[in-house]
Formats: sequence, structure tokens, C-alpha cells
Amino acid sequence: MADVKMHILVCGGTGCMSSQSDKIVDSFHRCLKEQGLEEEVKVLTTGCFGFCEQGPIVKVAPDNTFYVKVTPEDAEEIVAEHVIKGRKVERLLFVDPETAEHVADSKHMEFYKKQMRVALRNCGFIDPENLGEYVARDGYLALAQVLESMTPQEVVDTVKKSGLRGRGGGGFPTGLKWEFASKYQDDQKYVICNADEGDPGAFMDRSILEGDPHSVVEAMAICGYAIGASKGMVYIRAEYPLAVSRLRKAIEDAREAGLLGDNILGSGFSFDIELRYGAGAFVCGEETALIRSLEGERGEPTSKPPFPAEKGFWGKPSNVNNVETFANIPVIFLKGADWFASIGTEKSKGTKVFALAGKVNNVGLVEVPMGTTLREVVFDIGGGIRGGKKFKAVQTGGPSGGCLTEKHLDTPIDFDNLIAAGSMMGSGGMIVLDEDNCMPSVAKFYLGFTVEESCGKCTPCRVGNKRMYELLDKITSGRGTEADLKLLRDLAATIKDTSLCGLGQTAPNPVLSTLDNFRDEYEAHVKERRCPSGSCKKLISFEILADKCKGCTLCARVCPAGAISGKVREPHVIDPEKCVKCGACKDACKFGAIIKK
Amino acid sequence: MSTCCKTDRRYEELTAFIEGLPDKKGELITVLHKAQGVFGYLPREVQEFVADKMELPLAKVYGVVNFYSFFHMEPKGRFPISVCMGTACYVRGAEDVVDELEKQLKIKVGGVTDDGKFSLDTLRCVGACGLAPVVIVNGRVYGHVTPSQISSILAEHADA
Repeated sequence: MADVKMHILVCGGTGCMSSQSDKIVDSFHRCLKEQGLEEEVKVLTTGCFGFCEQGPIVKVAPDNTFYVKVTPEDAEEIVAEHVIKGRKVERLLFVDPETAEHVADSKHMEFYKKQMRVALRNCGFIDPENLGEYVARDGYLALAQVLESMTPQEVVDTVKKSGLRGRGGGGFPTGLKWEFASKYQDDQKYVICNADEGDPGAFMDRSILEGDPHSVVEAMAICGYAIGASKGMVYIRAEYPLAVSRLRKAIEDAREAGLLGDNILGSGFSFDIELRYGAGAFVCGEETALIRSLEGERGEPTSKPPFPAEKGFWGKPSNVNNVETFANIPVIFLKGADWFASIGTEKSKGTKVFALAGKVNNVGLVEVPMGTTLREVVFDIGGGIRGGKKFKAVQTGGPSGGCLTEKHLDTPIDFDNLIAAGSMMGSGGMIVLDEDNCMPSVAKFYLGFTVEESCGKCTPCRVGNKRMYELLDKITSGRGTEADLKLLRDLAATIKDTSLCGLGQTAPNPVLSTLDNFRDEYEAHVKERRCPSGSCKKLISFEILADKCKGCTLCARVCPAGAISGKVREPHVIDPEKCVKCGACKDACKFGAIIKK
Repeated sequence: MSTCCKTDRRYEELTAFIEGLPDKKGELITVLHKAQGVFGYLPREVQEFVADKMELPLAKVYGVVNFYSFFHMEPKGRFPISVCMGTACYVRGAEDVVDELEKQLKIKVGGVTDDGKFSLDTLRCVGACGLAPVVIVNGRVYGHVTPSQISSILAEHADA
């Protein structure tokens, strides 16, 4: 076999795959074959590169050329120019929006400069379906070292010392959790991985599972050794078919290689992993609900104590961690707890992966050291707000979190600072909002989610959130009163205080944080019946300015409701009864004659 | 729908799956995933069949089916349409896309067109936030969708 001289890495993350990156791979294979280069140039489908905005992404190594927005047809040119002649295909390079220059190496892009990849260390570098590539990047070395030279207590102590906190949302110290589970004795214990990422607008765990599934498998085995468990369960979303198939393959390959199963690496320690599918219930992110679901039941939470560490899956001691938490574990053993603890802030160590999305220029998956400010994430990495609009808020923590504003932009991101600012870390969704987003509507959106996802077990959450949703609906449709704002607050306090699980206790957060930070916007809705951002359809109207209208008839032609009438070359009028407020006329008008009020 | 006779091949497939499980304990959700994969949805007859085979009360099976949003008791259209309503899609205008689909298909979210061709659902985050708003029609992903593109997207899906 000829030596491999070049690698073409094609992003196989969900975003790029949705833009047909699988066809790009096929196209590369075909072109290379035609040129007789299939032995020398290897094409790999990797996990997410993170820069989803510019996808599909193709990287050519060893010179690390980063091609963006590649189509299957472009493969031919990349092979002919780059692979054969060694000339970069300029038109497919990223253009820096500031300098308007082509940037070939991702190292020099603003998007990557402030990032630090720990949990995502292998995503985009290896073929996730190839165990050998994971091993080549020190994969399973941590497990081997742990089994050979450490006692379970030393493993627990190392994780404690690293300062790692749960990345699923709560931020509970991982080492402490492992210690609890290790203290309870039973004939069977379980390591459970929560891969049921349910936060809308978050895809961190999915990207890790798709891009580096072995890191989770390895970490679960290390955890099993630490707490004395021989069985691992992964609770994974059925809606993530790609992640499921890659994780399944990783488990099979690890088993085949003797890295899972009986007597791993001759150490006498046995551990194996099983997959179970979630079926779409946000509340199953709560660990007791997750365990109920693993047992085939309705995923309703139970009261704690007893904690899963004492009585978990089938009543046995169990330790539940989320995917990103696990992905950090092997590195902590390879580079040391001190190294890990040197990153981040005083009480939040390491890095955090965020799914940066919404009205920001560079949508994607970013990993930054704890303590990075929101401004750095949104403006430096995220490239600022789309279309030159004004920044309004950034929402973190999903349906359990809150909206942070301009005044929070310089807050260093860590677990405690976000809570102090009225939001929370959550699993890592970070949605940027601009001046066109109406905050009461955003609160209503999240409440709609919670109402749908409330399991119904306890009344404050089941009924209270529904009432809050109705109040927000009233406000956004122009029927709200000032008394409603007070009622919202009272309800929120009651729901927070009296709900059983985290879902209910945090459900009012989007309402409270928007009420605190955007009081004037709520007041405009209830006092003036006005939506300042112009997005509540029941509170806006469109009007044609007679002095600017040239009577070109374009608006009348684009109007889907037939609400615009008028003669050629004469000012047109909108019939408010028929108008559906879609704004198509305003977008189409070339003379700026249509205004939204 | 031919759910009358349990000699149906699909029931045989489901039976073989259930009997192939090492232990039935705790496997109800796994079995329901399989059943929905085989039948496309979970009508009462299928739930009764699962209850019987798993030796569980029907109420328990129904309780689990209606708890999880992934399971559905009505058939989908031949071309199921899902609109992502994750936050990223929502803030980039997914609501308007849903409105337009409802208008053109003359059905509400959760409904199926009279001819059984399209069904419309919303889902929570596909994880392709860079393409927001996202619409999936019969497995094909459309990104950066605007209401004005809906008619041409629907037109692409003609019955074979």
C-alpha cells in the first residue's frame, strides 16, 4: 500500500450532513479514483468542526487548509488544484469580514482564536468510526493508566481535585458525586450517561457523540472502576440517529479490542455498556426521571433523597453524568488534575462548550475556558450581530435559564456568575437575540416549551406554568393589564418554591429574567398596547405612505391575502381587516413607502 | 389499516423481537420503539398486543405511549413534515414558516392532509442551528427556509 500523503477531512456533523456533506465525500472518492490517487489521499468523515455557519466544511491536511461552504461539485476542483497542483482554491476559503482577506488556516480565524478545545479535542480531527484514530490521539491511555496504577479512591480524588463540575446544567462537583456512589455497597452498581439532550437550541452532546464517541466510552469505564460498577447505560435521544449509530459502533469496537467486557486489559476489572433510547421528554434530563425512563416507565421524577448514588437504576447505587462531563474525564487523567484546575475561574474549572446560535454571525459550536466574557463569545467568536442589527440579549440555560443583557456582557462566564445574573449555565445553549426579538414573546416561547414538557406530577408546574403561559399570551396579544405583571411574579415565586424537580423550579426563570431586565417592554405591551420590537402580530399594523407610494403595484402583487388595492401610478392602501401582517409588502417595496407601526 | 388479524407479518416481526429479548423487565420503551418502527404508529390494537406480550396492563402501556412525544397514536402522512422549533430556529422566524405551512396545507400542527400525503409537526432542535430555520420533509433537510419558499418545497414532493 502506498503511503498516505494527504488527508481530506469532511465534516460529518449534523449541520454539514444536512447540507449533503455525505455527497461531498462520495464526490471526493470518485474524483480521487479517477486520478488514481485513492491510495495516497485518504478521505475521512469527521465530527463537527464547530463553524456550522460556514458549513459544509472540508479541511485538507497536512497544510490545514480550511474550505468553507463546499458543494459536492467543488470536490473536483479541490482535487485538481489543491491535491494535484498544490494550489489552494481561493474562492472556497473563508473571508475575514473585517479585513476582507482570505484566511486558509482555521488558527487565524477570529472564530477559533479564543477557543480552547478540551471536551471537543478530537472533534473534527479523527474519524469517529475508527478506534485506531482515537487510540493514536492517546485514546484509552487514561483508562490503561487508571487500571494499572491507581486505586478507585485515587481516581475519585483526582476527579475531585480537578474541580470538574457537571456540565448537564446543575454544576454539581463530579468527583463528589463519584465519591457518594463509591461509598454505597451492593451486588450491582451502574454508571449512567445522560445523552438525552433536550434543551432546544443545544447540540453540544450530540456533537461529542458524533465526533468523538470513544471519549465517552472510555470515561464511563473509568467511572465504573472508580465507583465499583460493572455496567454502564447510555440514555440517548432516539432523534439522534447518527450519534446512536456512531456510539453503538464505538461500543462494539471497544468490546472487540478488549477495552470493554470481561477483565479489561488483564486488570481483572470488567465493564460493559448498553444503550437505551429516550423517547422525547425534556424532564428526563432530571436524573431521577431519567432512571424511571431507563426502567421503561413514564419519566416522572421522584423526590431526593434517596439520591441515585444510594438507590438509582433498579434500586441500585448509580452515578449519572452527562456526555460533556464524561468527555472531560480522559484528559484530566492524561494531563493531570492540576492542569485542568489551572483553567477557568476559582469555582468553575476547565472549559465549557456552547452551542452559539440565533442572531449572531458565526453560528456554531464553541468551547471556551470558564471565565471568558459573554462579550468575547458573542462579538469576538460569534462575530457580532447579523445584518448590523443591535444586540439585545443573550439567552443561556435554555428553558431553565434567563436572558442577559448589555450590562452583563462583561461578566466572566461561570456557573456562579450566571446564576447571580439571573440565568444559569444549563447545558450550554446560547441564543443571541437582536432588536427585532420581543422579550415577552421569547418568555412565552419558553413557557410553551415547559407547559408541553411538564410531566404533570406536581400541580405548581403542571397548572402554574400553564397559567403563566396564558398571561403571556394575553400580554403579547394586547389584552394584558398591569395587574397581570404582578400576577406573573407571584405565580413565578410560587412555582419556584413548590415544584418537586428542577424543571418546575427553574421554569419561571425566562419570565423573571425578562421582567427584571426588560420591564419597559412588558409595560409598553400592557399600557400602550405596543410591541417595541414590532414582532407581536396583534399589536402591529402596516401602512402605506401616500406621498412615497409610486403606485407600482408590486406590493399588491406580493400580498398573499389580497389586502392591498389601488390603481397603477396611484397610492395604494392596505385593508387592515384582510392584512395578515406578514410584512411581505414592506420587504418588497422599493420606495420605502410601507411602514410598520 | 389492516390491524385486524394478528397473523399479519408485522405482528410476527414484533413477536420475534419481544421473544428475543433476554429479559422483558424494563424493556417497554425499547419494545414501543420497535413497534412504532414496524407499524409507523401505535394504534390501540398495537398497544393491546404489546401489553399482552409484555404481560403488562394496557393502561401502563398507554401511559408510557402518551408520556413521550416520540410515540404517536395516529398515522403520519406519506411525506411527514417537521419544522424545527428549537430556540435558534424560533428566533430566526420558524413561527412564520409554520403559519405558512398550515395555511398552504390547510391543516394544523399535528394534522394530516385529507389525501394522507402530508403531515405537519414541530420538533425541538435538530441540531443544525447554523441552517435555521430548518424544515424536514420526508427526511430531507431544508435550511434557511422562508415562508415564500414553502410552495416550491411542497411541489418537490410529488407521489411516485
